[in-house]
Amino acid sequence: MSLVKLEHINKLYFLDSDLSFQALKDINVVIQKGEFVAIVGPSGSGKSTLMNIIGLLDQPSSGEYILDGLDISKLKENKLAQLRNKKIGFIFQSFNLLKRTKAIDNVALPLIYAGVGQSERLARAKKALEEVGLADKLNSLPNQLSGGQQQRVAIARALVTNPEILLADEPTGNLDSKTGEEILKLFKTLNKTGRTIILITHDHHIADNAKRKITLKDGEIS
Amino acid sequence: MDIRETLRLSLTAIITNRLRSALTILGIVIGVTSVILLVALVTGLKSYITGQISGLGSNLIYVIPGKIGGGRGPGGVQVNRLIPADAKNLKLQLSNEAEVSAVVQKVTKLQYLNKSDKDVTLAGVESNYPKIIQSTKITEGRFFTLSDAEAGKRVVVIGPTVKKNLFDGSSVIGKAIEVNNLKYTIIGVLGPRGSTFGVDFDNSALIPLSAAQKQFGIDKLNTIYVSANSPDKVKEVQAKITKILSKRLSEDDFTVQTQEQTLSTIASITSVLTLALGGIAAISLIVGGIGVMNIMLVSVTERTKEIGLRKALGARPQDIRNQFLVEALTLSGLGGIIGIILGASLSLIANQFITTVIPLWSVGLSFGFSMLIGVIFGVAPAIRAAQLDPIQALRYE
Ligand SMILES: Nc1ncnc2c1ncn2[C@@H]1O[C@H](COP(=O)(O)OP(=O)(O)O)[C@@H](O)[C@H]1O
Ligand SMILES: [Mg+2]
Repeated sequence: MSLVKLEHINKLYFLDSDLSFQALKDINVVIQKGEFVAIVGPSGSGKSTLMNIIGLLDQPSSGEYILDGLDISKLKENKLAQLRNKKIGFIFQSFNLLKRTKAIDNVALPLIYAGVGQSERLARAKKALEEVGLADKLNSLPNQLSGGQQQRVAIARALVTNPEILLADEPTGNLDSKTGEEILKLFKTLNKTGRTIILITHDHHIADNAKRKITLKDGEIS
Repeated sequence: MDIRETLRLSLTAIITNRLRSALTILGIVIGVTSVILLVALVTGLKSYITGQISGLGSNLIYVIPGKIGGGRGPGGVQVNRLIPADAKNLKLQLSNEAEVSAVVQKVTKLQYLNKSDKDVTLAGVESNYPKIIQSTKITEGRFFTLSDAEAGKRVVVIGPTVKKNLFDGSSVIGKAIEVNNLKYTIIGVLGPRGSTFGVDFDNSALIPLSAAQKQFGIDKLNTIYVSANSPDKVKEVQAKITKILSKRLSEDDFTVQTQEQTLSTIASITSVLTLALGGIAAISLIVGGIGVMNIMLVSVTERTKEIGLRKALGARPQDIRNQFLVEALTLSGLGGIIGIILGASLSLIANQFITTVIPLWSVGLSFGFSMLIGVIFGVAPAIRAAQLDPIQALRYE
C-alpha cells in the first residue's frame, strides 16, 4: 500500500472575493514507504503549497489525498493534529526551534502532544539527538549551536515521534554548501534505515541526492 | 494532554520569559497588595475602637448632647443643652440602679517650669469615674476622692504622654503643674491606652469636675456616663434616662446610647469604609487584569511562530488555548500570592504604628478575584492563539 497518494489535487488561493490563484493543478503523486523523493521546481512553483497539503497543514481545494490508507478530507481538526504528530516529521528551512529552550527540550516537544510521559520523552529525545550526532549538545540552547547543528536538532525533533514521513522544505536553504551536504548525507543515512523522506528544494543538485525527482512548474508536474 | 503537562508547559513559558512575566503580574500585585493593606487598616481601626469601647465596661450607657444622625438644620450648629443639673437629676432618680458620672472636656495647655505640653485633652470628671470607665488604670499615685472634689482641691491625674512631655523620668507625684496658669498638684499617673490614626489618647489629664467648672466657667456637659448595676438592667436604665431627661430637654437635645449600640454603629461605619476602600482597590485589580490581557495579547503575537510550530508538531487548538489560559491563570495567581505576601508584610510593618488586622476573607477574596481576572482576561488571548492558522503563523517573522 502506498504511503502518500495524491489524486487530481488542485489548490486555489482566494485573493479576493472573485479573484483566485491556482497554485496546484491536477497533481497526481504516489509515494511508497521507504522512498527518498525530491520535489523540485523554481520559486513560486507550488512546492510549499504541496508540502503543506502532504503535511496536513492545509487542505486541497479539490482532489483526493490518501495518507497511509486514510482519506484525510473527512477528518476533523483534532484528528489532523494527531496525524501530524504521529505520521509527519517537519523540517523547515529556518529550523524553527524554540529560543531559550534546550536542545533536548526542543526535541521532546512533539512528544508532549503525543501524550508521552516526561521521563520517556527525555529518553527518546536523547536517543534522537544521538542519532543525528549531537549526543554532546543535549543541554545547549539554539543560539549556542551552529546552523548545521540547529538543523540537526530540528531533524531529531522530526524523528523523535518515529513518523512515517520526514517532510523537509528547503532544509539546506539557510546553510553553507558544506554543512548542507552533511545534512543531505544524514538524510541518506536515515533513508537507508528505512525512513521515507520527501525533500523539497529549488536546487536540482540538491534534488539529485534523492532517489526520485518530481519536478513542479507553475503548479503542475512536468 | 493532561492538566499537569499544560501546567508544566505554562510554567516553562513563564520562567523562560521572566521579565515579561514580572511586568504582567505587576498590576495584579499592586491591586492585591492594596486590597490586603487597606482592609487590614480598616479592620485594625475597627478592632482598636471596639477594644477601646469594650474596655469601658459593658454596662455602660452614654448620654451625649445633640442627636446622632439628625436634628441639624442646614448649616446649623447643634447647641449643647446638657447641664450639670441633668446629671444631678439622673443621679438622684437612679441611685438604686446605676452609677452616674458627668464629664466636661477641654483642649488646653499644661506647663511645668519652662516645659509645656499643648493640645492636652483635659477632662473634668467625678471621683467615681474610674469605677465606671473600667479601662482607667492608675500606674502611680492615686485617683482623687469624693472629699478631694468636695473640698475643691486642685489636684490632677496625668496621662503618660503628659508625664513624658513635662518631666524627664523624675518622680512626678506631688509636683505642681500649671493648667491654664492655675497650679494643680499631681496625685496620680494614668496607664497607657495607646494611639491610633495620629490621635494620642495618652496626652490627657483628669481634674475634679468641680475644679474644672470653677476655673473654666463651663456650664455644659460633654458626656454623662451611666453604669447600670447589672447587665440585664441596661435597657431598662436607658429607657429611664430618656424619660427623666425628656422632662426638661427635647428629643433632639440628647442621645442615650448603650455600649452595644455604639459597637454596632462603629461596625456599620467601618463596613462602609471597608467597602469603599476595598472597591477602590478592586478597581486597581481590574486595571491589573487588563494589563494581563494586554501583555498576553502581545505575547500571542510575539509567539505566533511558536504557536504555528506547536500546531505543526501536533498541538490541537485546545492544547494551545489551555496553555495560554493556564499561563494567564498562573501569572495572575502568582501575582495574587506575591500581592498577599507583600500586603501582609506591609500590614505587619504598619502594625508597629497603628493597629492592623488581616482578616482571612480579604486574603481569600483577593486571591479568588485575581484568579477570576486571570480567567476573564486570559480567555481572549487564549482563543486568539488557538485560532491561528499554522501556515501563516509559521511564516510570521
Ligand atoms: N496564502 C497564499 N495566498 C495567496 N497566494 C499564495 C499563498 N501561498 C502561496 N501563494 C502563491 O502560490 C504560489 C506557490 O507558492 P509556494 O507554494 O510557496 O511556492 P514555492 O514553495 O515553490 O516557492 C506562489 O505564486 C505564491 O505567491
Ligand atoms: Mg517554498
